[in-house]
Amino acid sequence: MGMIQSDNLVYEYIRRNEEGEVEGIKRAVDGVELSIKKGDFVAILGHNGSGKSTLAKMLNAILYPSEGALWVDGMDTSKEENLWEIRQTAGMVFQNPDNQLVANVVEEDVAFGPENLGVESSQILKRVETSLKKVGMWKFRHRSPNHLSGGQKQRVAIAGIMAMKPKCIILDEPTAMLDPNGRKEVIDTIKELNRKENITVLLITHYMEEVVDADQVIVMDQGKVVMEGTPKEIFSQVPKLQKLRLTVPQVTQLAYELKLAGMPLPDGILTRREFVEAVERICHVNHT
Amino acid sequence: MSIILDQVTYEYEAGTSMAQKALVQVSLSIRDGEFIGLIGHTGSGKSTLTQLFNGLLLPTSGHIYYNGADITEPDYDRRKLRQKVGLVFQYPEYQLFETTILKDVQYGPGNMGLSRLEVDMRSYKALKQVGIGEDLLDASPFALSGGQKRRVAIAGVLAMEPEVLILDEPTAGLDPKGRNEILDLIAKLHKERNMTVILVSHSMEDVANYVDRMIVMNQGQVVLDNTPKKVFCHYRELEAIGLAAPEVTYVMQDLNTAGIPVAKDATTVAEAKEAILNWYRGKENRGK
Repeated sequence: MGMIQSDNLVYEYIRRNEEGEVEGIKRAVDGVELSIKKGDFVAILGHNGSGKSTLAKMLNAILYPSEGALWVDGMDTSKEENLWEIRQTAGMVFQNPDNQLVANVVEEDVAFGPENLGVESSQILKRVETSLKKVGMWKFRHRSPNHLSGGQKQRVAIAGIMAMKPKCIILDEPTAMLDPNGRKEVIDTIKELNRKENITVLLITHYMEEVVDADQVIVMDQGKVVMEGTPKEIFSQVPKLQKLRLTVPQVTQLAYELKLAGMPLPDGILTRREFVEAVERICHVNHT
Repeated sequence: MSIILDQVTYEYEAGTSMAQKALVQVSLSIRDGEFIGLIGHTGSGKSTLTQLFNGLLLPTSGHIYYNGADITEPDYDRRKLRQKVGLVFQYPEYQLFETTILKDVQYGPGNMGLSRLEVDMRSYKALKQVGIGEDLLDASPFALSGGQKRRVAIAGVLAMEPEVLILDEPTAGLDPKGRNEILDLIAKLHKERNMTVILVSHSMEDVANYVDRMIVMNQGQVVLDNTPKKVFCHYRELEAIGLAAPEVTYVMQDLNTAGIPVAKDATTVAEAKEAILNWYRGKENRGK
């Protein structure tokens, strides 16, 4: 079994009136089948309200499945006895950097997780050091989180998760509130943890550029998985993505429009380099 | 109508050991009807600047003139100024509080001493302009989607009929389609109401697509102030202060480096497409 596995996963938000009678049911996640291997970098795309965040909360056992089943590292998330181990295995980073730091000093914040796990104090110090070094925030360890930039705060939040030695990190729009530099810092940090520490990453985002290097992309709409594939496979389908209220990276859009206008370019160009090489090939063909 | 900043300095906690200069000797002139993009990394002074524009903050030194009157004078009516210079904060939907959408929008103009009829007319007009249908007027604002809530919040400011509209990152957290919808709406308002619009944004792509003038801030000073096209020519300087040009600008540079002579100054997908097609068609014709 992979890192994350699900079978016909369903989540329903139930709205009740004052008497406690059911007023309405909204199916936010509807029959999702997931299979994510250990060490994969998976991106989840989808418009606002497509069910991404509900799914993320289920992965962390904040919400339990209404129907179907979900396993994180082989543990059934609907079983309460698994709760703490699941949250330790799959750590979560949220959108707002100001809502997830709890301590007055960076290193204390990172220690919060392992302290609650009952880790021995000499071990905690070691974990805090390694985690902060991994996200490049070690030299800020004595600072107050209030005096950090958004990107730095998110990196501290990630270090806090790393200190619990997770196998998997789930990030729910971690860069939505950051400036371009902060966004890059966070994404580079995540990619490095994935590559060097073999941490399984689930990244929920609205920024298509952040998805280009993922191993697998999942697109959600109305609670269902509607597209699944490599970034190249997904971003080759520009009109379909537009219908789903999404877009593609600018360079992909440019290549797509040029192709429609008659230039012989391949589908699914994802990077500037691929684009320049494709145009150079056209040059070459015309020369010979 | 215009806003003029003359040597404005703003210091947080001035006179204490924690004093920190957020703006240093900024001089700016904003003319009637301009569509401006205000850019800069977190902490560059953008938000301080927007709060000075409508008198929420007063400069530590220097003067600010609104339509020729010095707003830093003690007897200047800054309450009135805030009605003329409307400010939409980040995530404005968190500030919705009334029981119905209509009541929420009526709150602003309702506190301006207008007649009941005038308040109603302005509220209906504002809601119509942001695309909230009449069927929703009596619904709770909390029953709306994220993008709709944001529209209602913008309508609340519009209903005060400001002469200048400042929006602090109005697209944060929205999906790509939602982002475009909000930006199209702002462009429409700029045109239809002939308002001066100041858009604070972290997205260079958005700014390139919509605004006429870009003001780039760094360390409390204006470092670039020109059309997007001219500003993005300085992409190396932008990178040095934690910003960047739109991806297509880099594509054009890369093509030139690879020996493909396309116009370098494209900042939108449409411009890049045209420039590359010009080159491609010219080449084909020469080949024949």
